[in-house]
Amino acid sequence: MQKAMIEKAKQLLADGTVNRVIGWKRGEFAYDITPALFENAEELEKDFVFDDFTAANVSKYLVKESRKEGKVLAFLKPCDTYSLNQLTKEHRVDRENIYVIGIPGGPKLDIEKIKAKGITGVLSVKNEDFTLKIETLYGEETMPYYEAVLDKCASCKSKMHVTYDELMGEEGEVLESSRFDMVEKLENMSSQERYDFWRSELSKCIRCNACRNVCPACTCENCVFDNPKSGIDNKAPADSFEENLFHIIRAFHVAGRCTDCGECSRVCPQHIPLHLLNRKFIKDINALYGEYQAGADTTSRAPLNDYTTDDCEASVVHERGVE
Amino acid sequence: MLRISANKLDSLFEAVAAKQTLYIPADRNDGEAEYKKYETGMKLTSRLNTLRSAKDFFFPQTEDIVEFKMDGKKIEINDIRQECEDFVIFGVRACDARSFTILDKVYLSEPVDSFYKNRRDHGTVVTLACDRPAETCFCQTFGIDPTAPEGDCACWSDGSYYYFKANTAKGQTFLDSISDLLEDGDDTAELDKVIAKTKAVMSKLPLAGLSTENFGGDKLDEYFSSDKWTELSESCLGCGTCTFVCPTCQCYDIKDFNTGNGIKRYRCWDSCMYSDFTKMAHGNPRLTQLERFRQRFMHKLVYFPANNNGEFGCVGCGRCLSKCPISMNIVKVMKALEEK
Repeated sequence: MQKAMIEKAKQLLADGTVNRVIGWKRGEFAYDITPALFENAEELEKDFVFDDFTAANVSKYLVKESRKEGKVLAFLKPCDTYSLNQLTKEHRVDRENIYVIGIPGGPKLDIEKIKAKGITGVLSVKNEDFTLKIETLYGEETMPYYEAVLDKCASCKSKMHVTYDELMGEEGEVLESSRFDMVEKLENMSSQERYDFWRSELSKCIRCNACRNVCPACTCENCVFDNPKSGIDNKAPADSFEENLFHIIRAFHVAGRCTDCGECSRVCPQHIPLHLLNRKFIKDINALYGEYQAGADTTSRAPLNDYTTDDCEASVVHERGVE
Repeated sequence: MLRISANKLDSLFEAVAAKQTLYIPADRNDGEAEYKKYETGMKLTSRLNTLRSAKDFFFPQTEDIVEFKMDGKKIEINDIRQECEDFVIFGVRACDARSFTILDKVYLSEPVDSFYKNRRDHGTVVTLACDRPAETCFCQTFGIDPTAPEGDCACWSDGSYYYFKANTAKGQTFLDSISDLLEDGDDTAELDKVIAKTKAVMSKLPLAGLSTENFGGDKLDEYFSSDKWTELSESCLGCGTCTFVCPTCQCYDIKDFNTGNGIKRYRCWDSCMYSDFTKMAHGNPRLTQLERFRQRFMHKLVYFPANNNGEFGCVGCGRCLSKCPISMNIVKVMKALEEK
């Protein structure tokens, strides 16, 4: 696939369809891949990579890239296309300036899960019949492929691309996923248990803002949390209230716009399952306003922006709050 | 050398913790390790290093520095500094131990940072030699030997025993305090084998060839205007992960919290990756991510050595290599800048 993608990109650069390509660049190791721009065939040949570790969603970079001169080629996995659609809907990207090639999705691998098994000194990772053969400084190790799959891929919602100009590989379908299982578990907890769960998770936060900065739904030019004029700017988890509210306010802000791409949890250095906050909102929106998938299209009205007489009453908050 | 049998390490921890607070790197439930206050039954992690660095002990992410209380037109200023209690950090790796030397240069030179000095004075650092370096390790680039760590007291394990050697008076006091648990063990043949094996791995590490020879205080003109920064910083998210897991990043911001009848003034880590970094009355001297990104690497590779007799501001712990969301890091920056 990687080879075909490079050939395709070279061809589109050569015929002038696009003047640059956004994709993934290989790093020092098997897994440390960086989203990058490629401007010519040499760069593509040298560094372009598409493999088990190219998990980064490059859609958000298109906010900046689509405002530049000329068309940019973006290789998007199914989940990434939902993000792009949502950005198009919010007029954050100029879709006309993007040439999208839909490429197959994951599952992609999570190096942290491999390391969590105590496997260290990782030099290469190969998937052989769903067993990972991992070459390390201390000899070869193996582990089941599925145990190293990224959380966001393990609960994949769709193998279908919702926007593209061209497709490489087979088109997939929207999947019946298990993505709300953990949300249900949390809902079934007592409020104290749930509070304890979130306190133990959110208290790990170091306020690095990686979740916010990677989030394709977070595209404010100046976030309230960075703006001294807002009165709530902060760059440290100065107290527990601060940590909790940062993530909850962020989840509110992206409610109805979050496509559940899972990047927030993927990049969290502290492994906080932030996507669960977003999924709770998605699940509630589905239940209270009808099934809705952010990013599935670019024209429909978002449930939280669209008043209908069938909308749930505000009293639902009270009713649901009763234990 | 003085030593203790590996299966008696718990009793050593107990003895230390009975007298002062002891912190050890312990496992979390997500496969990572972090420094935790020792409690009976807690085990030393088998992970090479902690997610957050050991700098937190001397330079915490947030700390209150002064309080102001308002009563009408009267302002009362409370100096809230307190002598901190003695504590021991066990299991610090050679990279983090060196980071303290770097932080000392910043915080213990005039004007001395009394908050930092207070903690440094009361903390005893017991290091633990590495025997399973990771692919992300490059401490040797900065002249650090992970098999001979610095710190007040150094410790080595050969699997059966933990060996100790004091490097400072504080380290000697630490050893004296547990002397009844230690025995003389002059036969270090097994340990020598472990060290030799580790050194052999060190020479084969993927980053073993990384050198600082093209960096230093005299490289400002050459690198500041390098055209490589555009490409290197292009996909930087501008998050603070690298700076917050870094053992040597030392910048902080001072903020006031309005308590309603006064002000709590505190400081917290800052990140040069953030848009309001060093923002002043006239605005921000670094307007784009490229400039902020460049600041971080120029600081470690050029400005710091320029002001500190050639010492670099990185210890090669590899945390930023593991944790950067887009896998951009100092190694990639060094390699790109060196490329002619």
